[in-house]
Amino acid sequence: MKKIQILGLIIFILGLGIFSFIPFLGTYQLEQEIVQEKVKQEHQEQLLRVLKPMYGVEYESNFAFVSDFNQYFNEYNDELKANEEWDRVIWDNYAFDLTKASSHGAVKENPYFFLSISIFAGVIGALLYILPLYRGETEGIKNDGIYFSSMKSRGLLGIITGTWLIAFYIILYWFPEYLTNMVLMVDPLSILLSGNPASQWFLYGFIYTLAILVMGIRMFRKYKGNAYQTIRTASVMFFQLAFAFLIPEILVLLNMPWHDFKNIWPLDYSFFFDYRLEGMISSGALGMFMLVWGIILIVLGVPIFTYFYGKRWYCSWVCGCGGLAETLGDPYRQLSDKSLKAWKVERYLVHGVLVFAVVMTAVTIVNYFMQFELLGQATDQLHSIYGFAIGSAFAGVIGTGFYPFMGNRVWCRFGCPLAAYLGIVQRFKSRFRITTNGGQCISCGNCSTYCEMGIDVRWYAQRGQNIVRASCVGCGVCSAVCPRGVLKLENADEEGRINTNPILIGNKSITVKS
Amino acid sequence: MNDKNRKIVIIGNGIAGITCARNIRKNDSKTEILVISGESKYFFSRTALMYIYMGHMKYEHTKPYEDWFWEKNNISLKKAWVELINFQKKEILHDSSEKIEYDILVLATGSKPNKYDWPGQDFKGVQGLYSKQDLEEMERNTQDINHAVVVGGGLIGIEMAEMLVSRKIPVTFLVREKNFWDNVLPQDEAKLIGKHILEHHIDLRLETELKEILADENGTVNSIITNKGEKIHCQFVGLAVGVSPNVNFLRDSGLEINRGVLVDHYFQTNQTDVYAIGDCAEFKQAPSKDRKNIEQVWYTGRMHGETLANNLVSSPVAYQPGVWFNSAKFLDIEYQTYGIVPNQSIDELDSFYWEHQTGKNCIRLVYDKSSGKLVGVNSLGWRLRHEFFDLAIQEGWKLEEVLRQLPKADFNAEFFKKHYHQVLEKYEAETGQKIVVSKPSFLKRLIGSRS
Repeated sequence: MKKIQILGLIIFILGLGIFSFIPFLGTYQLEQEIVQEKVKQEHQEQLLRVLKPMYGVEYESNFAFVSDFNQYFNEYNDELKANEEWDRVIWDNYAFDLTKASSHGAVKENPYFFLSISIFAGVIGALLYILPLYRGETEGIKNDGIYFSSMKSRGLLGIITGTWLIAFYIILYWFPEYLTNMVLMVDPLSILLSGNPASQWFLYGFIYTLAILVMGIRMFRKYKGNAYQTIRTASVMFFQLAFAFLIPEILVLLNMPWHDFKNIWPLDYSFFFDYRLEGMISSGALGMFMLVWGIILIVLGVPIFTYFYGKRWYCSWVCGCGGLAETLGDPYRQLSDKSLKAWKVERYLVHGVLVFAVVMTAVTIVNYFMQFELLGQATDQLHSIYGFAIGSAFAGVIGTGFYPFMGNRVWCRFGCPLAAYLGIVQRFKSRFRITTNGGQCISCGNCSTYCEMGIDVRWYAQRGQNIVRASCVGCGVCSAVCPRGVLKLENADEEGRINTNPILIGNKSITVKS
Repeated sequence: MNDKNRKIVIIGNGIAGITCARNIRKNDSKTEILVISGESKYFFSRTALMYIYMGHMKYEHTKPYEDWFWEKNNISLKKAWVELINFQKKEILHDSSEKIEYDILVLATGSKPNKYDWPGQDFKGVQGLYSKQDLEEMERNTQDINHAVVVGGGLIGIEMAEMLVSRKIPVTFLVREKNFWDNVLPQDEAKLIGKHILEHHIDLRLETELKEILADENGTVNSIITNKGEKIHCQFVGLAVGVSPNVNFLRDSGLEINRGVLVDHYFQTNQTDVYAIGDCAEFKQAPSKDRKNIEQVWYTGRMHGETLANNLVSSPVAYQPGVWFNSAKFLDIEYQTYGIVPNQSIDELDSFYWEHQTGKNCIRLVYDKSSGKLVGVNSLGWRLRHEFFDLAIQEGWKLEEVLRQLPKADFNAEFFKKHYHQVLEKYEAETGQKIVVSKPSFLKRLIGSRS
């Protein structure tokens, strides 16, 4: 390793360490004015009273602050619940907003400084490490030593990384009040882009985008000379930066609803929720366009593009989840389970989630037009169950946190309802396939090993069969790592695409049906 | 033949033996099938051994079928080294005293690395690479070493060099020939690979042979001496000077053996109900005029297995291979070949050769001088469509027809630079013949249709 790379690694680890340490800085002090500012009118009276003991008290850590806040807040709610005064219970979550507003100290005073020594240091360190990678080496596959790497083969480093990611996601989704310092750090940036202070979701989107950009540059280094990988990576970097990060923030600046134009229902599971529909309908022509565009993508975009190009047009070229998997997750792609059993589990799970999403959306839409007269309560229940179990736990905690344990496509493979929908089209009505080149396969297993979706590519290749699988996201890595030039991603005529009785070329003695 | 409950025993679980077992089972659910191997219980891909050493894969990944596959398909596996076979009693002996009976025996014992009686070839740290055990030995032999020598400019030699380089072990690579693998490759291709070997910082010594291996007081190799008198310090010597059929344990058993087990075109040996396939088999007469008597290639092993399996369950046919094909990868450069491509010029054949200015891609189209028909093709750094050349060679397409259709033969990944324009330009410059390739419409290109 070159010296500059070691330096980069040190800077990166320091940056990550500081980032992880930032929540522990500063003091917290709640004032009456903060409650008046942050709490909805209907809850003001109660909360002003309930939180009174905290006013003016300086807390040394967010743990102490949040602990007291939760105690007073829950005491109040618990009492109402015990008396079954359900309509007076405060269901809103004020912990994050109040903690953020009560935060004092270094981070709040010098957000740019802390941003620089944590996130920006991490980016610079990572780039110092990544840019010299493979310099002076010839173009070709760079998989040497992957299974000797602690990070990439479920060693201690991999376990630490996975644990950190899982912890980060759990805190982000369910305990964001502990991350308020991190959010304060990106406040100026958020105000610059959208005119609003940052939420935990802005912080998350910002880190997410940086991860895709920086690790995308790593992809350029790793797969140099492979035009398909380079163009595809540039595509996911562009869509994340422009469509998932910048445009939505600018929309907010223009008083429009935050909207990601490339996100498609049912991955965007809340698309038909009443607040989203109302947001779009009440936002004039652009709002109507959001609604119509979203529906066009679902009913026309998915089938038409998937017919011509396979689901890869979305999953490995456009999608944000796919974008993270293909960049940040690339070092872990070989960890996916290729067993037949895993494939069975995958089919039940991913189609199960699709059914769940469809049912939930159908109930929501019916209710929307019936003014929530039917199953009104059930709709909310469904939304919160889906949001918790699928939207947060599955897609986030497991989806990304499990990269170092189960590979980089856990969510896409086992959970994403849009992937399931795209997959059904790809399997039954598409021009896309991975062509197997006659009889050239030597069963070495590189294709299967590096398939992030856990497809046993070799099973097909060694019998001369084209690979037509619902789950294939068309990342093209099987083709790249094949040492004998056996695999090619292609869009071509449907005739002969699915060859269930393939014939291996080369033996004229008999016709072998595999 | 399918009715009776017979027992087929296959010795060797490489691609030939396993393909045979699987294909018998596909058409015959009754016959008892037992595959014996001392190397491993489960079938793995021998060609992938290098990737285990390089850390691309683990041993599990090299197994093409999951472990439950064999039981599900009622194929019994036994891990044992066969020691003797009694062809009269139809008995196999393994592990000193254990006996296994068979009705039909298939020998698919593979190869062994060659050794040519070099002084010191049995020192510690000197080895060939063929089996899983060889790989394990190589792992032990290359711990904490600072220089290695690989002897033999063939496919296994360059693999060993690549493996060692992946572990950052400096390698000196001794090649007897004038250029790397030029007993198979024409000079242009051999030179192209030679340059690529140097790019990987491998110390390539052409026209250099091993004379002697020297060891320290513990009997571990510490240097070699070349035929030019040069002494090269090293702690590992990889011997990769070809392989021979692994048949020594069968000599003097009554089986007719030359270099390999002698068989006819039905894989029948001189013993009743005993067949030999794959690397260990030697055809008494080559299967066709452009084929060798011993075919030690993955693909031919597979075809032997397919054909014999057919013959054991339905009406026997003679082994008749189609158009020759093979492939390899030299460090980062892939090689494919279809049909006949001689390494030296032959009177009745001529060839057209194009090489990219980067020296990383080339194609050679060999054709019959009198008829102009294509007989073979070589490519480096350019994936070609097997189906296309299988058909073009079988049907004897004229060279210009092949060139006209060249875009269809391209099997490189999407967005890769197309080489055929340059190929056609060079052809025009050499012959004055302009070949026009119809350009696919914008729409066709947009939907990525095969041209």
